[in-house]
Amino acid sequence: MLELAIKGSKKYYGWMTFLLVIIGIGFLFYLKQLDFGLGITGLSRDTSWGFYIANFTFLVGVAAGGVMVVLPYYLHDYKAFGKITILGEFLAISSVVMCVTFILVDLGQPMRIFNVFLYPTLHSVLFWDTIVLNGYLFLNLVIGWNVLEAERNGIHYQAWLKPLIYISIPWAVSIHTVTAFLFCGLPGRGFWMTAILAPRFLSSAFAAGPALLILLCLIIRRVTNFDPGREQIQSLAKIVAYAICINVFFFLCEVFVAFYSNIPEHMDHIKYLFIGLHGKSAYVPWMWASFSLMTIGIILTVNPFTRKNEGVLAVACVAIFFGTWIDKGLGMIAGGFTPSPLHHVNEYIPSLPEVVIALAVWATGFLILTALFKMAVGVKEEVGQ
Amino acid sequence: MDSSRRRILQLLGLSSLALTARPVFNAFAKDEHAEKPQAIIKDSENALKAKQWALVIDTRQFESEEDLEPLVDVCNEVHNVPHLSEKRHEIKWIWGEHYHNAFPGKAARFLSEEVEHKPFLVLCNHCENPPCVRACPTQATFKRESDGIVLMDFHRCIGCRFCMAACPFGARSFNYRDPRPFIKEINDKFPTRMKGVVEKCNFCAERLAEGQLPACVEVSEGKLTFGDLYDPESDVRELIKTNFTIRRKQTLGTEPSVYYIV
Repeated sequence: MLELAIKGSKKYYGWMTFLLVIIGIGFLFYLKQLDFGLGITGLSRDTSWGFYIANFTFLVGVAAGGVMVVLPYYLHDYKAFGKITILGEFLAISSVVMCVTFILVDLGQPMRIFNVFLYPTLHSVLFWDTIVLNGYLFLNLVIGWNVLEAERNGIHYQAWLKPLIYISIPWAVSIHTVTAFLFCGLPGRGFWMTAILAPRFLSSAFAAGPALLILLCLIIRRVTNFDPGREQIQSLAKIVAYAICINVFFFLCEVFVAFYSNIPEHMDHIKYLFIGLHGKSAYVPWMWASFSLMTIGIILTVNPFTRKNEGVLAVACVAIFFGTWIDKGLGMIAGGFTPSPLHHVNEYIPSLPEVVIALAVWATGFLILTALFKMAVGVKEEVGQ
Repeated sequence: MDSSRRRILQLLGLSSLALTARPVFNAFAKDEHAEKPQAIIKDSENALKAKQWALVIDTRQFESEEDLEPLVDVCNEVHNVPHLSEKRHEIKWIWGEHYHNAFPGKAARFLSEEVEHKPFLVLCNHCENPPCVRACPTQATFKRESDGIVLMDFHRCIGCRFCMAACPFGARSFNYRDPRPFIKEINDKFPTRMKGVVEKCNFCAERLAEGQLPACVEVSEGKLTFGDLYDPESDVRELIKTNFTIRRKQTLGTEPSVYYIV
C-alpha cells in the first residue's frame, strides 16, 4: 500500500516538501542542542521540564483520542464510524511517533536511551510509559495496516486482529493514565498532586483528539474524493462537546478544592497561572485565552444549531484544540514547576531554538500523518466509498 | 513473485529476531554464582560505615552567608562543582536559603528577626524513602543499601530529569551545558561531569570510603555533625536526643536524614 503514499499530486508533494523543510531547520537546531546541551532551551534548575514534555503530554492525549472512533465502532457496533476508524488509528500512530520524538529530544543523553531497557526499573513510571506508548504504537500499526489492506482486497480482516482491537481500547486509556501518573505521584508538587489528573488528561484528550479528527475529516473532504461523512462528523462533534464540558468541569473541581481548603501549596500554582505570583505573570493572558477558547468551544458544540453548521463547527474545533493545548501543554507543566518546591518563582519561557525543534517534531508527525492518510484515502477511493 | 518476496521478508524478520536469542540465552545460562556487575567504591581499611548516614546542622551557630561560605566552597572544590553565572544553569550541591524557602509551610507569619534573616544550609536529604530513586527509569540514582546514601551513576543517567521533578527539596542540578570550562581548579580525585546528566550531593561517599568525614562537616568546626542514625550511641543521635530538631517537609514521608537544630 505504500505506493499510494508515494504517488501524489503537485499539491501533495508541495505540502510534504514544506514539512520536510521545517523538519530540516528543526534538525539543524537539534544538532546545536546535541552539541551545546539543553542549555539552549529555556529550561532551568527550577523548571526542569518544559515545552518538549508539555507537547509530549498533549500529544499522548491526541493519540488516546483516536480510541473515540474505535470504541463506538467495535464495541457498540456503531456502523457509521467504520468508515473513519482507520483515520483514528493513523492519527494515533503519528501522535505516538511525535510523543516518542519529544521524549528523545528532551533527553540530556539521548544516546543512552537504551539504558531504559538494559536496566528495566519497575518502580519508575517512566519505564511503564515507554512500554505502554510503544505498545500502543505497535497495536495501531498492526491493526490499522491489516484492516486497511483487507478493505483494499475486499475481504474481512483476519480473525486474529479482533483480540488486538479489543486490547487497543483499554490500552488507549492506559497511555494517558500512565502519563498522568508521571506527574501526580510526585510528592511536593501541589499542582499535579490530584487524583483527578488522569481523568482530566483523558477528558481533554477526548476533546482535543476528536476535534483534530473533525478538522482532518473536513480537509479530506475538500482535497480528496473521499467523504468521511456528515453523520460521522456530527457524532464526533457530540463526543467533543461532552469531553470539553467534562474537562472544564474537572478544572473547576480543582479550583474549588484548592481555594475552599485554602492550602497555599495548592492555590499558589493556580494563582501563578491565572493572576500571577510575586510579580511574575507571563502565563496569565495565555491561561485566560485557553479558558475563553474552551468556553467558546462548549457554547458552539453543545448548541445543536451551531454544531450542525460545519463551518461553525470547524471554528469550535480549532478553539478547542488550541484551548486544550495551552491548558495542558503550556500551563500544566510550567504551572506545576512554578513556584518551585522551595517557593521561588522563576518563570520559564521557552527559547526560540526550543520552539523550532518542537515545530519540527510536529512537522514530522504531520508528515507521517499525511502519508498514512494518503494511503487510507487512496484505498477508500479505490474501493469507491 | 509477490508471494516469494513476502516470504523473503518474513524470513528476514524471523532471522533478525533470532539475532536477539543469544543475549536471552546468555541471561538464562548465567549461573547463580556468576558475579553480577555492580558499582563498588573500594573501601580502604579505615572506611567509615553506618546503617544510615545522617547529618545534624546546628543552625544556631550560623549567622550569615560568610559562615556558610567555607562549607559551600570546600564542597565545590572537592567535587568539581562548576560556577555558572547563568542562573538557569546553576549547579548546586550545598547552599544557603532563607528560612521560608528551606522550610516552606513551617514559616510563621512573624518570625524571630534572627531566623528571618539568616541563611539555612540545604543539601540532598539522603531520604530513607527517596522519591527520586523511585522515579529514575534506569537506576542511575539509587539508595546504597550498605549505608543509605542516595548516589548517582553519572555514566548511566540518560538526563530525563524525572528525579528533579520528583525531589521535593530542589536538591538536584542538571548539566545544561558542558560544566568543565567552569571549574576553577579540577580535583583529579573526583570525576567531572559531562553535559546532559543530573548531579547532587553524595554525602562525600568517596571520602567516607577513605575514612574521612564529609568535607563540609570537616571544615564546619563542629557546627555540622555526621554519624549513623541507627546507632543509639552515635553523636548525631546524642544531638537529636538532647536538642529540638526539625527536618524539611517531614509531612511528605520521605524521611530526610538531615536534621536541623533551631
